[in-house]
Amino acid sequence: MKRPQPGRVAYVNARLLDPASGLDSPGGLLTDGPLIADFGPRLFADGVPEGAAVVDCEGHCLCPGLVDIRAHLREPGAEHKETLASASQAAAAGGITSIACMPNTDPVIDQIPMVEFIARRARETSEVKIYPCAAITVGLQGEHLTEIGMLAEADVTGFTDADRAVMNSKVMRRALSYASAFDVLIMQHPEDRALAEDGTMNEGELATRLGLAGVPIAAETILIERDLRLLETVPRGRYHVAHLSSGASVDIIRAAKARGLPVSCATAPHYFALNETAVGDYLTFAKVSPPLRAESDRQAVAAGIAEGVIDVIVSDHAPHDQDSKRVPFAQAANGIIGVETMLPLALELYHKGDVPLLDLLRTMTVRPAELLKLPGGRLAAGAHADLCLFDLDAPWTVDVTKLRSKSKNAPYDGRPLQGRVLRTVVDGRTIFEAE
Amino acid sequence: MTEDVPDRRYPHRHLLGIAGLGADEIESLLDLADTYVELNRRTEKKQSLLRGRTIINLFFESSTRTRTSFELAGKRLGADTINMSVDVSSIKKGETLLDTATTLNAMHPDVLVVRHPDSGAVMLLASKVNCAVINAGDGSHEHPTQALLDALTIRRRLGHIDGLTVAICGDIMHSRVARSNIHLLNTMGARVRAVAPPTLVPTGIERLGCEVFHDMREGLRDCDIVMMLRLQSERMRGSYLPSTREYFRFYGLDYDKLAAARPGALIMHPGPMNRGVEIDGTVADDITRSVILDQVELGVAVRMACLEILSANNPPAPETEVAR
Repeated sequence: MKRPQPGRVAYVNARLLDPASGLDSPGGLLTDGPLIADFGPRLFADGVPEGAAVVDCEGHCLCPGLVDIRAHLREPGAEHKETLASASQAAAAGGITSIACMPNTDPVIDQIPMVEFIARRARETSEVKIYPCAAITVGLQGEHLTEIGMLAEADVTGFTDADRAVMNSKVMRRALSYASAFDVLIMQHPEDRALAEDGTMNEGELATRLGLAGVPIAAETILIERDLRLLETVPRGRYHVAHLSSGASVDIIRAAKARGLPVSCATAPHYFALNETAVGDYLTFAKVSPPLRAESDRQAVAAGIAEGVIDVIVSDHAPHDQDSKRVPFAQAANGIIGVETMLPLALELYHKGDVPLLDLLRTMTVRPAELLKLPGGRLAAGAHADLCLFDLDAPWTVDVTKLRSKSKNAPYDGRPLQGRVLRTVVDGRTIFEAE
Repeated sequence: MTEDVPDRRYPHRHLLGIAGLGADEIESLLDLADTYVELNRRTEKKQSLLRGRTIINLFFESSTRTRTSFELAGKRLGADTINMSVDVSSIKKGETLLDTATTLNAMHPDVLVVRHPDSGAVMLLASKVNCAVINAGDGSHEHPTQALLDALTIRRRLGHIDGLTVAICGDIMHSRVARSNIHLLNTMGARVRAVAPPTLVPTGIERLGCEVFHDMREGLRDCDIVMMLRLQSERMRGSYLPSTREYFRFYGLDYDKLAAARPGALIMHPGPMNRGVEIDGTVADDITRSVILDQVELGVAVRMACLEILSANNPPAPETEVAR
């Protein structure tokens, strides 16, 4: 993709928000080419530099571009569901400037040529920065480790078997151990396969009423507990729970962090914006893995973000076409699209008074960037100018047909939201601007 | 769900489940079914009420008795009834449920009777067709005509349902019959017990309105009705149960366990029975106690009532009339 070199742009009248430094202040920011030249409360006190284009932020929030470290982008192998290009447009509209994509493509991202393929396709078709994660095990089969060292040399910083858990304890232990030599992150999909097998929604009264087989919360907690026991035996291992759904899991992570274990975890907006009742009368758009849980779990996940036990909010973007979702519930694919709605759904936590704004933004900027050692996620002179300008209060209503992802599988149609992305900037260049 | 339909006794387009139906709606279906019982015992059984109407029995799961019962019900009312067993045709060609639904819908049936192995599949299908849909069993969700015929059986034998204690015994977890019956019996004022090993009791079932027992004798104590469920042999795999003989020892209905129930308590079973697994063969055949054949007989009458009411509620749309 040919990209014109941006000149100098002055963002004036902004509310500058930088979770990394704790900055929350009116001010301005100047970009020069692809980089941030300077920023601060008094930057344009003596006027805007000559020749710089001016963007009047009208008092709206200007923060680092969002960093989403869990999205399924479907290319290669399922381009009818999503491509890097379509995902990039959707993500840009959601204020996201960096995505770590999942390796469960066809073929699986488990070798260097696949990493290079994604990098090349991203350069050619995507304006948002895309960083491929690689599989922990070859073919996501849970048996043989991928070439973690060579993949790390090819700049892969996160390893995960995507929507499959590494079930074999010995393999998992060795993955944590071997990966520690290269200081890369092992990200686990927390679900014990035997316990979750055949289950299609949260175990409980609702599943019983609907006659659907349930997935118990123990499927999640057992695997996290096991992995933490393994982690205790691995010096310098780095373990991350890719997305947790339950209050019990939050408790486990809190206790592990208190013990000093090198653990981090993420959750996705659907785990704090929805509960199991979203399944209603077999709404397959609300089918996701791990499943949506009870209201008490939803509240506990929100509280886990407020408390800082949950490090990161990810979109968990999982596009599926109609043929994968317009089938009986048990046959339907798991997943919800999420890049475009991640920020406004997260902002619900701020508007409800649960989470301060900077703390909330930290989970979608500097913290995920740190975990995967990605550039970006912070405002700094000399850093790449990846920015998100958003109106904190603008009300709007979700119309799934208008979402930019190729797939429309979001259970949020008609949901009123507050907060909207106005402009997304990557390397100093505006890649999205609200109408 | 209530729409502007001709028959106010049951003002719905479809019959997808018992959950959500009121006692008066259930009563009126049972009252109508009652009128067909005598008809079905005559030599000349055929009516012309549904002459010209088309009923398709669409079965995605094998069934003998339910399908035959619906087929007879339709034919006795004079409708043209055809059977489609999809598990042996289109599914193998990769056709989806909704493709099948829209294809059949284009042929303008008046009623689709649908059975499907997945919970919620019949509701999904009903949302995509213009005709009436009867749920003939979807996964572990509901089997409303079975609950209705069970209710009619009880009502004809004992005169009432309210105040009775009914023990539903066996594989509650995977049973659509159990769920439909729990809903119906609660709505009609009966007390319901669920008797099963813990591995076959789904989480939260007591919230649907039943008391759970793991000891069968305790569960049957002083109950008026013993409703047995079929145990699928697949349950022996997947660690639900160790063996059929162990199951029969603790949860199979024999005279010894039946002695805990009220003297003269009725025995029901939706069929087909596994003799020596969930029920002792001699108990099943005991004509003083078992009403299993009544259930089969009344099933036809109940399905006639459902077909009649839903046909009345779904008059042929004007555009389906033959254009000249």
